[in-house]
Amino acid sequence: MMNGTWKVDARDGKLAMAHIYVAFVALALGGLAGLLQVLVRSGKFELPAGISYYTILTTHGVLLGLVLTTFFIIGFQFAAVSRTAGTLSDRVRFWGWVGFWLMTIGTAITAFYILIGEASVLYTFYAPLQAHAGFYIGLTLVVVGSWISGFAMFAHYAKWKKAHPGQVSPLLTFMSVVNMVLWLICSLGVAATVLFQLIPWSLGYVDRINVLVSRTLFWYFGHPLVYFWLLPAYMIWYAIIPKIIGGKMFSDSLARMSFILFLIFSIPVGFHHQLVEPGIDPAWKYLQVVLTFMVVIPSLMTAFSMFATFEMYGRSKGATGLFGWLRKLPWGDARFFAPFIGMLFFIPAGAGGLVNASHQLNQVVHNTIWVTGHFHLTLATTVVLTFFGAAYWLIPHLTGRVMTKAMNRLAIIQTIVWSIGMIFMSSAMHFAGLLGAPRRSAFSTYGDAPQALEWVPYQIAQAVGGTILFIGIILVLIIVTNLAFFAPKGETEFPVAEVAEQAERTPLVFENWTLWIGIAVVLILIAYTVPFIDMIQNAPPGSKGFKLW
Amino acid sequence: MMHMHKYEKIWLFFGIGSLFVFLAVLGVGAFAQGTQPPSCLTTIDPEKVDQTPPFDKPGLVKTGDNEYQLNIVASAFAYTPNQVEIPKGAKVTINVATKDVIHGFEMAGTNVNMMVEPGYVSSYTQTFDKVGEYVILCNEYCGAGHHLMTAKVKVVEQ
Ligand code: HEM
Ligand SMILES: [Cu+2]
Ligand SMILES: [Cu+2]
Repeated sequence: MMNGTWKVDARDGKLAMAHIYVAFVALALGGLAGLLQVLVRSGKFELPAGISYYTILTTHGVLLGLVLTTFFIIGFQFAAVSRTAGTLSDRVRFWGWVGFWLMTIGTAITAFYILIGEASVLYTFYAPLQAHAGFYIGLTLVVVGSWISGFAMFAHYAKWKKAHPGQVSPLLTFMSVVNMVLWLICSLGVAATVLFQLIPWSLGYVDRINVLVSRTLFWYFGHPLVYFWLLPAYMIWYAIIPKIIGGKMFSDSLARMSFILFLIFSIPVGFHHQLVEPGIDPAWKYLQVVLTFMVVIPSLMTAFSMFATFEMYGRSKGATGLFGWLRKLPWGDARFFAPFIGMLFFIPAGAGGLVNASHQLNQVVHNTIWVTGHFHLTLATTVVLTFFGAAYWLIPHLTGRVMTKAMNRLAIIQTIVWSIGMIFMSSAMHFAGLLGAPRRSAFSTYGDAPQALEWVPYQIAQAVGGTILFIGIILVLIIVTNLAFFAPKGETEFPVAEVAEQAERTPLVFENWTLWIGIAVVLILIAYTVPFIDMIQNAPPGSKGFKLW
Repeated sequence: MMHMHKYEKIWLFFGIGSLFVFLAVLGVGAFAQGTQPPSCLTTIDPEKVDQTPPFDKPGLVKTGDNEYQLNIVASAFAYTPNQVEIPKGAKVTINVATKDVIHGFEMAGTNVNMMVEPGYVSSYTQTFDKVGEYVILCNEYCGAGHHLMTAKVKVVEQ
């Protein structure tokens, strides 16, 4: 009923596109920074004009980890709720624009202070390194803007629910709401440290800061942040890819259940980023490790669902044998190919994640370049390739154009280039990390230490892979520019999958927000209350700010 | 309430089953065998590290038969001391404290890897069974000289 030719309203399309433009500008600049990083780390190249490696790295992390992701996600979700729950009301759209401009202005302010060298604190800005207050204020605007957009989406959802009493909401709208609820709950942590600790301290209103409390609030946010990136990719996998391949969704209920499980289990787990730090009792660390691993369950459900969808589709096209269905998939369609390759990369990426989150194994890889290798698989491949795949239909849908065959071919090449570059860069990072090579470090031989010299060949391999990746960035920018401004005019579908006939009706319980948010809050309280009180009660003297760059 | 496909049930049964086995292994390792990650709870005034024992006299101290303490002060961008010789087979408790920002303390090629945060002592005990030279380095960004922050440990025949 809701499929076929439904189009996102042009005014909503503009709002979504505004976000997407910023996202791809961030990709261009952040990608350039990435290229410089791998070149510096190879030891064969030095930054000109006294530019600091760490200014570049802060730029890369902020633009790609925070800006690209948040803007693309919010833009995509505005389009998705407009497509599935109907055109936004003028009020909702207005607040969407307010959110957009706050985020954009905030990004500009933060970028300014990074580029003038007043904020080389990396995108995690750990105190007591102290950036210019403008850096934190800019980030605050980004977060507040995203909250406003989140509430605009909630309002749109509430309106739909009111107009359709007793009905299950459209899946993509439901998923967008879950993701924004997740974002809202977790970003309260980073907002707390920025507003109550970092800004007053960087402005000189208070002298000292509680470092461990600040880090803990940051990581309360930092892990769910990665699920905030991942869930939109899952939206595309669950609710859009089946339509692209011409099949049906395996089950609507299971998709909703996995999203709810992510909401519940991705927040009370930040200690797995703090496993090797002092001041936290290891029993609490272990509890959060256990909770961390619960996301394995919805991950397994997602993997099953995806491959079930693919197999069902292939068999419906007459495939036989154990793997015959693989041949029926539309390999030549970049809208499918890019996200599918992203899914494949998630298999080693997930395995690496299990290592990182393990109570004891973490110590082997913590803060080594292994970790960077890990999230260039999860974020910079699985999520990003899925977003690219979505951009290939979303942008022409919103701009009233069509992707040409030539662009589709280029997009397939782009995916292959990205995969090759990433295999080089990420594998080299993983191996070097196991040997001990640190992350977040400019080139160094540590006084010609024999161990450090062993890492150099891997760093050269990273530079080769990173250069190939940069070519991938140029390719995707060419495609996106074409789709936004030059592709032939026409109609492109916003694909939304239907549920398979044999799947049963979705129960309403998934929209019992009091229940799910209640459970999430209880788990957060269980996981954090006691250790957090400990931190405050047994706090050492606070720290003054340092500007050591 | 919800019906699942038989294959999905099998998949989840084995998946979740191995998950719990894995978590049990981690738990037994942590609580029965005592392999916990470094989680020292001792606090210290970050501005008085140089006056606070044992960091007022950083270095290697013998504390028992084949047992040692290695006390190290971290600050931007150096470790004090930055050259240490450890006799082979020694069981060494490494204590590190920082005078300024957060640093890392990683001894490449070993399991020694911990965060060093202002206000806390970071501690980990390691037995050195292999002769050789190990590089210690800072693996948490601490400023412009972060990648130059290093020290050396030599494990030598007794
Ligand atoms: C041309 C493509 C890319 C290259 C060559 C590249 C390279 C790198 C390198 C070498 C580092 C680690 C530097 C260090 O720790 O010293 C890094 C860090 C990082 N990269 Fe990338 N990257 C690329 C694309 C991406 C993309 C697409 C994303 C995200 C969507 C991303 C997100 C990040 C993040 C969040 C960090 C962490 C920064 C930090 O530790 O502060 N990168 N990248
Ligand atoms: Cu995490
Ligand atoms: Cu450092």
